[in-house]
Amino acid sequence: MSASFPSDSVGLVTPQIATFETPLALACGKTLERFELVYETYGTLNAERSNAVLICHALSGHHHAAGYHSVDERKPGWWDAYIGPGKVIDTDRFFVVSLNNLGGCHGSTGPCSINPLTGHQWGPTFPVMTVADWVHSQARLADKLGIERFAAVVGGSLGGMQAMQWTIAYPERVANVAVIAATPRLSAQNIAFNEVARQAIRSDPDFHDGWYADHEAIPKLGLKLARMIGHITYLSEHSMGSRFGRDLRSDQLNFGYDVEFQVESYLRHQGDTFSTRFDANTYLLMTKALDYFDPAGQHDGDLSAALAPAACPFLVVSFTTDWRFAPARSRELVSALLRAGKAVSYINVDSPHGHDAFLLPNDQYEAVFGSYMRRIHADITGEAA
Amino acid sequence: MRADLELIYDWIPNDARILDLGCGDGTLLAALARHKNVTGYGLEIDADGIAACLGKGVNVLEQNLDDGLGNFVDDACDLVIMTQALQVLRRPDTMLDQMLRVAPECIIAFPNFAYWKHRLHLAFRGRMPVSRSLPHAWYDTPNIHLSTFQDFASLCRDKGITIVDEAVGSADHEGHWTSRLWPNLFGETAIFRVRRGR
Repeated sequence: MSASFPSDSVGLVTPQIATFETPLALACGKTLERFELVYETYGTLNAERSNAVLICHALSGHHHAAGYHSVDERKPGWWDAYIGPGKVIDTDRFFVVSLNNLGGCHGSTGPCSINPLTGHQWGPTFPVMTVADWVHSQARLADKLGIERFAAVVGGSLGGMQAMQWTIAYPERVANVAVIAATPRLSAQNIAFNEVARQAIRSDPDFHDGWYADHEAIPKLGLKLARMIGHITYLSEHSMGSRFGRDLRSDQLNFGYDVEFQVESYLRHQGDTFSTRFDANTYLLMTKALDYFDPAGQHDGDLSAALAPAACPFLVVSFTTDWRFAPARSRELVSALLRAGKAVSYINVDSPHGHDAFLLPNDQYEAVFGSYMRRIHADITGEAA
Repeated sequence: MRADLELIYDWIPNDARILDLGCGDGTLLAALARHKNVTGYGLEIDADGIAACLGKGVNVLEQNLDDGLGNFVDDACDLVIMTQALQVLRRPDTMLDQMLRVAPECIIAFPNFAYWKHRLHLAFRGRMPVSRSLPHAWYDTPNIHLSTFQDFASLCRDKGITIVDEAVGSADHEGHWTSRLWPNLFGETAIFRVRRGR
């Protein structure tokens, strides 16, 4: 069976579920009495338990980062280009842990789960999560897996914010951190895009104030629009231009409002696919977590002060054409780390692919990130990189 | 290690916090970290150099020196090093100011344009010198601000910068660095150690 997977794939993977009975106090003031996290692991934890790498996912991500759930699965996990035997995050060397965050819709406790107090779906009453809440829940998972300290915590976009938060909340539990295509806080423009997405969902007649499941409905239209607007911010003007240009689906203008340009067709397709596989309440919650993240906020806007607890070397990566979380946002983080006297490395990777570049193959990115990960492994084993 | 780097290595005290502008593959910073407990950052724009630094555990930032050192606070470190980069900068003089804002002391190495072979090249061939230390043609060279050992000493005097130490060497890395008789004539590479103020 494994012969049908590429040789640099982790192959067939089976998600596992961890159940936590100790209540988790949340930033919003509420408490989750019990919760479940669905996760996958790749590679083997060494005897010293020192080679674990935590992968934090982005807005629409989940636990399935690498490999395949079945031989029939068409596409591998969302970061398969970077996780696997011999890849940047080398599963021959590292024990990789990837989970679905709380509030998610891929198996961890979230709006689609049953609220034990009511016996009914949480729906819109599921507590609004923050990045800090997620990191606390991830630390619980680490406890359960017997991981005292991660060799590295790695994340892109919203995942990069979680990686950043780890160094603030649990500095003693992180040996290295990679913050990729992220930002220390959202700009007004970022929040504006999120709000348009939320309004698209909330104004869908099928949304029913978040109780759509009770009405056996799905706010597909709203989710579709939310994804379409989000998707525009993930690509660059250049990558859209080179991929679609002004190409038409047929060879003439129709003087109507059906799909005419290829880019319209692409966006509608992305939106349609997303609207049937992602939960609307989860999408709302995830965008809120993005908006709220601002570690400097509790320190009068002083990011250096917020990062004072951090005790590990940082790798910060941005991409030249990323305008969602532009290179300047990563440089803000780097400058704050420099002011705080922290160990930090930074590269602005040349890519035409906008924000999505962090997921895609890129020689320069792989060389730099790979070099960093090999050095981490060398530190663990005491060998030269 | 390159001969100029070896000399600089000897000049750097234990436990220093340093900034290496144009750090290349991080050889100097890695050696200083290992043997002298030196900490700091390298600045580099070449992606291969950055990857090599990361492989050595050297902190490296992708940063164009012409964009300045604005992300470093005053006295961020003890010493700033810049080898073979002065001559490619848009404004070497303002960079010198910034280096001495970020640290009280700097070490700077650059090709000495007054080296006797360069003088002969210009005098007898009437062409811009092309040599081991200056391998480019005039039209594609990154070296837009070539200077001499004496030019740099004069700039320091004008700016009220103290020259703590100076040395010259040859690019084949075999020359002895102690020759001080006619450095402007016989030094292929000039190395200065300077301090803020008089």
